[in-house]
Amino acid sequence: MNLISAAAPLSVPASGAEILLWAGVVMASLGVVLGAVIGIFAKYFRVRSDARVELILELLPGANCGGCGQAGCADFAKSVVEGRNAPSKCPVSSREQKSAIARALGIEEEAGFQRRALVRCGGDLHHSAWLLNYNGVLDCASAALVSGGPKGCSYGCLGMGNCARKCPFGAIEIVDHIALVHPELCVGCGLCIAACPRHCIALVPAAATTHVYCNSPEKGIDKRKNCQVGCIGCRKCERTVPGKFTVEGNLARVNYELAPEELPTDADAVAVKCPTHALLSEQAHFRIEQNEEIR
Amino acid sequence: MKYLELTIGAILVYNFVLSRFLGICPFLGVSKRIGTAMGMSGAVIFVMTLASAATAAVYRNFLRFSVNGRTVDLGFLQVLLFILIIASLVQLIEIMLQKLSPKLYQALGIYLPLITTNCAVLGAATINAKENHTVLEATIFGCCSGIGFALALLLFASLRERLELANPPKAFQGTPIALVTAGILAMAFAGFAGLC
Repeated sequence: MNLISAAAPLSVPASGAEILLWAGVVMASLGVVLGAVIGIFAKYFRVRSDARVELILELLPGANCGGCGQAGCADFAKSVVEGRNAPSKCPVSSREQKSAIARALGIEEEAGFQRRALVRCGGDLHHSAWLLNYNGVLDCASAALVSGGPKGCSYGCLGMGNCARKCPFGAIEIVDHIALVHPELCVGCGLCIAACPRHCIALVPAAATTHVYCNSPEKGIDKRKNCQVGCIGCRKCERTVPGKFTVEGNLARVNYELAPEELPTDADAVAVKCPTHALLSEQAHFRIEQNEEIR
Repeated sequence: MKYLELTIGAILVYNFVLSRFLGICPFLGVSKRIGTAMGMSGAVIFVMTLASAATAAVYRNFLRFSVNGRTVDLGFLQVLLFILIIASLVQLIEIMLQKLSPKLYQALGIYLPLITTNCAVLGAATINAKENHTVLEATIFGCCSGIGFALALLLFASLRERLELANPPKAFQGTPIALVTAGILAMAFAGFAGLC
């Protein structure tokens, strides 16, 4: 058997059966050789990895959102195994998943609680003043640069969807130029917070269902010029349901530090009957923003 | 001169993506972010160079032999053989990289096994066989084709990153406008025709 270069002309061709036989021989031997080479290399170049890392990785959600501060779930699994991180640092895993991880590693589980993102603004298209006709790119950061943004209020949501684009879980919807966080989809990773140039998104306990949808520290009268639904700091909520709300300056806030069962309920929101509708239950806010109900 | 022609031909005139229309899948799939496009480009250049060299060496030296004075020509096996060689080569490289250079392994990441069965890599091997390139020519051709692919991918990725901020009509949003852009990019590259 002599090898000839591909460029050389054919002399006497072999018969079909012979070619078929050689084809089989070449393919089979090549397969065996390559398989053997890979096998040998796989043995000698094997990288020993910690089996626990892969176990933890399987228990993690695998969304690679980076909410824990590590570069993805694989990195987080490694840091948990090495003891640099607690399983509860993962904002996406459910409580059961976290305790499963803790059990797998035989470490104490830490009591963490679920958080959710909240857009502290209710000034949508119909309730806030528009100062200028913005025709630039649909990007909150760009819009905020043009004389303080198209909306009159310079603290509220711009509604161009930077947070919605950033959210790896598709939990944020833009309706009438305001961002709405769907609580059933939000896992509280906090990526949207950094995306908002107005800093009007905050992480709140998932157990809280009543919020103040305003972020402006301006005086009530100034807010009122730009927005019909801003908090005017009238202290009605503080007086009606004592202990659950605090008014700081001109802005009311929910006392999120309270224990989950002491947080204001939907009934409290109804009892307060906020005169500007800045204080609302999550459900009422949703119905209004999705235009199912008028304020 | 021949090598210069080969280089410019592979990068610009007969660009793999924009004039041969090979490797369209990663061209559209991983061109949403410059970062991922970079990773993919690196992996493609790497694999194409090595695959071209390996397949050309096998094709030129082992596919024709004579037995008892009669020639056995196994040229018809090339596609099967090329796939086999490319796949095992990539597998081998992956195993070695993981041990020898974890940094590079992490950078190329999932893109390495992804392009194992890419038509651009197989295309480079087949073109080498058709043009009867020597092993050196094949290696240069493979490397330059990879660079051409990387050029097209990076150009397209930067265009798409900008497109994301644009406001096209609703029917054009997303993939349609990306495809239109790819078409215009291909037309621009048609301007290189006749350079060599």
